[in-house]
Amino acid sequence: MKINIPVSKAKKIAKYHTLKLSENAIAKKVIANNFLTDFADVILFITSFVKETFSRKFEVREFFHQCFVIGYKSLSLVSIVGFIMGFVLTLQLRPTLVNFDAESLLPRMVAVSLIREIGPVITALICAGKVASSMGAELGSMKVTEQIEAMEVSSTHPMRFLVVTRVLAATLMIPLLIMYADGLGLIGSWFGSNIKGDVSFVLFISQAFKHLEFVDFLPAVVKSFFFGGVIGVVGCYEGYNAGRGTESVGKAANSAVVLASLLILIVDMIAVQVTDMIVS
Amino acid sequence: MKIKQTKLSLNDSPPTADKETVIEIENLKKSFGSQNVLQDFSLKLYDGENLVVLGKSGSGKSVLIKCIVSLLKPDSGMIKVFGHIMTALSISELDKVRQKIGFLFQNGALYDSMTVKENLEFPLRRIKGHLKQKEMDAKIEEVLENVGLLDALYKMPSQLSGGMQKRISLARTIVVDPKIILYDEPTTGLDPVTSDEISSLINDVQKKYKTSSIIITHDIECARMTADRLIMLKDGKAYKEGTLSQFEKSTDKIIKLFFK
Repeated sequence: MKINIPVSKAKKIAKYHTLKLSENAIAKKVIANNFLTDFADVILFITSFVKETFSRKFEVREFFHQCFVIGYKSLSLVSIVGFIMGFVLTLQLRPTLVNFDAESLLPRMVAVSLIREIGPVITALICAGKVASSMGAELGSMKVTEQIEAMEVSSTHPMRFLVVTRVLAATLMIPLLIMYADGLGLIGSWFGSNIKGDVSFVLFISQAFKHLEFVDFLPAVVKSFFFGGVIGVVGCYEGYNAGRGTESVGKAANSAVVLASLLILIVDMIAVQVTDMIVS
Repeated sequence: MKIKQTKLSLNDSPPTADKETVIEIENLKKSFGSQNVLQDFSLKLYDGENLVVLGKSGSGKSVLIKCIVSLLKPDSGMIKVFGHIMTALSISELDKVRQKIGFLFQNGALYDSMTVKENLEFPLRRIKGHLKQKEMDAKIEEVLENVGLLDALYKMPSQLSGGMQKRISLARTIVVDPKIILYDEPTTGLDPVTSDEISSLINDVQKKYKTSSIIITHDIECARMTADRLIMLKDGKAYKEGTLSQFEKSTDKIIKLFFK
């Protein structure tokens, strides 16, 4: 069917569509530019972090303060999480194992699951929520209230004082928290197995560790350091690069948690794949 | 010993060109995207003087002093502090020059996770690290006494009022004996009485510590009390320069709007 429209109207339609197309093209270009700018920011941040980490003046006092803040102040949360992990895992596994008449394997299965996978990942995710968000919010509000600039004018390098200490403290303390959570997980598991059974603590622990091998421990410990590093870097990056308004503090804390959690899962996936390749 | 707080220091004498220049800025340009904030701005700060930079909000006053301490990198132009070209300095050289400059931030910028004492100790440890703990404590007590807040030693910044935070921030600035102090809107957000007290403190600090200062403000009372010389910043350029009396007698419409 042929439609007749006036030339002026056709021109308007053509102009509208041309504008729409150019707007879309500009929007795509802006997205690409933003991505490239963000990527460059991340590279600059990491380069600056590495450079300052190996500088002569290390802020020892602040590093130990951050170890206290990240490690000691997360203990209660990690204790509860660790205990519940082991307890729930045992309650979930027990009926299935009973069906196969393999109840005696319970301590071993819980230990392998906890130490290899569940302990590191769940503890790291919980720490991402606590530590990365607090770093993002703290550094973000310091930026908004010009405290970072105040540091800079008093001849203190904010990257060295704020970022290096926090990232290194997180890299050191998160693996320790994970090991602690694993230990409490086993205690929780023992409590769980005693609800419907009767097993001594010594027997439970000796059964749990009897078949554990070096390959169960090492990859888990190594990836724990990466988890710690990810939590520290992401928390500090988001806070350090927060915008100017108070709204950006909330955004920094929020994106620190989301990004750190996502990266923990990605690092875990890669770590499992690499471990599998090496072991096999 | 507490500094006697003097009121008003009108100085009608012309700028003392025979004095040593401590800060020299030539043709400074700074823009953010398409917004040109500073355009060919030039300025000289002489030893021992209080130079007030006046201008409307958003005219680039804060950008100017942030460029001086290299918190912002200028697009072009030259900034010389004590004869050092700031943009040509290495990081360690820049640190050394910054140790001679104090910066009072608009909202105080006190470290809110530290007590007042720790706030003052922070720059002291880094700039005057050779001092013993006793000497540091004595220095901290001296500056707190000078700003009249010795009893706030162990308080957190959140326990202090806006005026008290400004005073503590000033104490943190002077604790390292800077030669130059840059004040970023020192009286903004304060009541008239507290504003006058802060302005008096600026004069007292200048007298006692023999500092040279750039005071960024749009508070005319503060300018009246502290200025040895004034510069009006407009459209990123030095619109007018002169003494307080020259500004007050000026027939220029824009200046009159400020001094009415």
